[in-house]
Amino acid sequence: MFENLQDKLDRAFKVLKGHGSITEINVAETMKEVRKALLDADVSFKVAKAFTDTVKEKALGQNVLTSVSPGQLMVKITNDELSKLMGGQAANLDLSANFTIILIAGLQGSGKTTFSGKLARLIKSKGKRPLLVAGDVYRPAAIDQLKIVGEQIGVPVFTDYESKDPVGIAEAAISRAKQEGHNVVIIDTAGRLAVDEEMMDEIARVKAAANPQEILFVVDAMTGQDAVNTAKTFNERLDFDGVVLTKLDGDTRGGAALSIRAVVDKPIKFIGTGEKLDAIDVFHPDRMASRILGMGDVVSLVERA
Amino acid sequence: EKTKDSMFTRLSKMVAGKSRVDEEVLDELEELLVSSDVGVSTTLRIIERIEERVARDRYLNATELNTILREEVAALLSENNSAGFDDTYSETIRPYVIMVVGVNGVGKTTTIGKLAHKFNQAGKKVVLGAGDTFRAAAVEQIHVWGERAAARVVSQKMGSDPASVAYDTLKSAIANNEDVAIIDTAGRLHNKVGLMNELSKIRNVMNKVVPGAPHEVLLVLDASTGQNAIEQCKQFTAATEVNALALTKLDGTAKGGVVIGISDQFKIPVKYIGVGEGKEDLQLFDRVAFVDSLFREK
Ligand SMILES: Nc1nc2c(ncn2[C@@H]2O[C@H](COP(=O)(O)OP(=O)(O)OP(=O)(O)O)[C@@H](O)[C@H]2O)c(=O)[nH]1
Ligand SMILES: Nc1nc2c(ncn2[C@@H]2O[C@H](COP(=O)(O)OP(=O)(O)OP(=O)(O)O)[C@@H](O)[C@H]2O)c(=O)[nH]1
Ligand SMILES: [Mg+2]
Ligand SMILES: [Mg+2]
Repeated sequence: MFENLQDKLDRAFKVLKGHGSITEINVAETMKEVRKALLDADVSFKVAKAFTDTVKEKALGQNVLTSVSPGQLMVKITNDELSKLMGGQAANLDLSANFTIILIAGLQGSGKTTFSGKLARLIKSKGKRPLLVAGDVYRPAAIDQLKIVGEQIGVPVFTDYESKDPVGIAEAAISRAKQEGHNVVIIDTAGRLAVDEEMMDEIARVKAAANPQEILFVVDAMTGQDAVNTAKTFNERLDFDGVVLTKLDGDTRGGAALSIRAVVDKPIKFIGTGEKLDAIDVFHPDRMASRILGMGDVVSLVERA
Repeated sequence: EKTKDSMFTRLSKMVAGKSRVDEEVLDELEELLVSSDVGVSTTLRIIERIEERVARDRYLNATELNTILREEVAALLSENNSAGFDDTYSETIRPYVIMVVGVNGVGKTTTIGKLAHKFNQAGKKVVLGAGDTFRAAAVEQIHVWGERAAARVVSQKMGSDPASVAYDTLKSAIANNEDVAIIDTAGRLHNKVGLMNELSKIRNVMNKVVPGAPHEVLLVLDASTGQNAIEQCKQFTAATEVNALALTKLDGTAKGGVVIGISDQFKIPVKYIGVGEGKEDLQLFDRVAFVDSLFREK
């Protein structure tokens, strides 16, 4: 993939050979290729356009060193801008309070229940006492799923098979957690579409009742152009604190990460890298930038030059 | 309804007073298609085809352009040979075996539940095979669907060999003289070689019990998936000879445009669409309606 982009950029710069700096004409041609690479990676159409405009401005007039090709330099500039937009540094979860409530939200099948388990396991390993809450009263066997996950990692799960009310479940779970000396509560919720008013209302009510310190929006890394719509709506309703990008063990380029970041300006805090409950990692903006552009080591290569 | 034909309206405005389709119109079209996950290369192909046609018919009004547009996009969607749901099921094949595959969380198990309900409504006896023995509570989940759809479920305990579940399911389907057997499989990412080989194995085992089985290998794609769906299609087809697609979660804002390129490139028809989480929320794919929905803003 990278070879491809790199070659195309070099070709676009043919006219430039021998000249010392990047000019308007060849930068336009190059940005066309970068834009296509971003769109192929599922970056939102509008975000890709705005991004390439920014890079174009940054690139104009820059001097091309003799040791790197103009294409390489453009990739470097693009990558740097991309990393910057992605958030610069890895963001963390703040667990310093005595009692932390974490609410998990997202579309159907994005990986919320699995992530709830992964997070509980991680938090437990740091000496905390988490309680998982089965707040999905709709999906067939959703409660059983979380219960099994809890058993696998040795974390208790609050369930109420009779209740159809996620707000009541969250409230009951929180008071139980306090009684039993838990210091982190992780509330799993049902998957819901951003356009489902009733369900979006419901999760807003869960938020109001539980008053969580941390709301995480879980999104599938394979998501395409719709990522912006969904992230925007969930953010409008929940004002979430961070994003979780799942299924990055696949071969998707994950452009949704960039779109979401650009549209809601919230940090990506964790990534999911497998189905097993230890397959969780903190998010590294620079790695994601290279992944979206579909390039391997070029950045370090240019850096050395 | 109020935004129903917004693309059309936009096109009309742009074409009005002009004798030909210009850059502006094509740019707008590009944005619309790419934003529906059609992908850059497929979008460029569509635009090329439109330019060709427009060059032929010099004076073009908005209505004509709109028609051409829809025709060209629909042309890329391969014809679904089976016109209706019941035609997919051949009276001469019993049990008719469907194997359902796809990456994690796309809606395989739910689609199976809905399909079982549809067959049941059509008076067929259905058995489901709980071939996902990996994911937590996958077996419980398909049992709930079996109850909802009045279908028998064959399962073993978590962690058992999925090929063995498939074998049991088909054996008992023959013994019970059931019409349709649908086999669930665990979600797996297409770049995991070991898991993809497991699918080939399940397939081969079934073929030994019922010659010709699976008659249908249904790849489930999530409408919100972007360009990665193409790679999914490629790898699942290589491992299991996929011959039908189901596109789920079309009740959301995602348009699922990626199936246009997929259907064109792999010649695999989209057979079903999922439009909700209930048992009735499965529809036969309708090319014209799908293309219309691309040009409509939700
Ligand atoms: N490969 C891979 N699979 C994952 C990852 N995270 C979750 N999954 C799988 O994705 C599927 C859906 O995960 P769930 O945790 O059930 O998703 P959910 O968001 O809770 O789904 P609903 O409750 O139905 O909305 C399951 O098959 C998980 O095993 C990941 O990081 N990598
Ligand atoms: N809105 C909507 N939700 C759907 C649709 N189809 C499935 N879902 C939901 O998507 C989530 C995942 O569905 P499953 O059927 O468990 O998906 P799966 O592919 O079997 O998942 P794994 O077995 O974990 O890989 C569930 O919450 C379903 O209710 C659909 O057409 N529309
Ligand atoms: Mg869940
Ligand atoms: Mg399943």
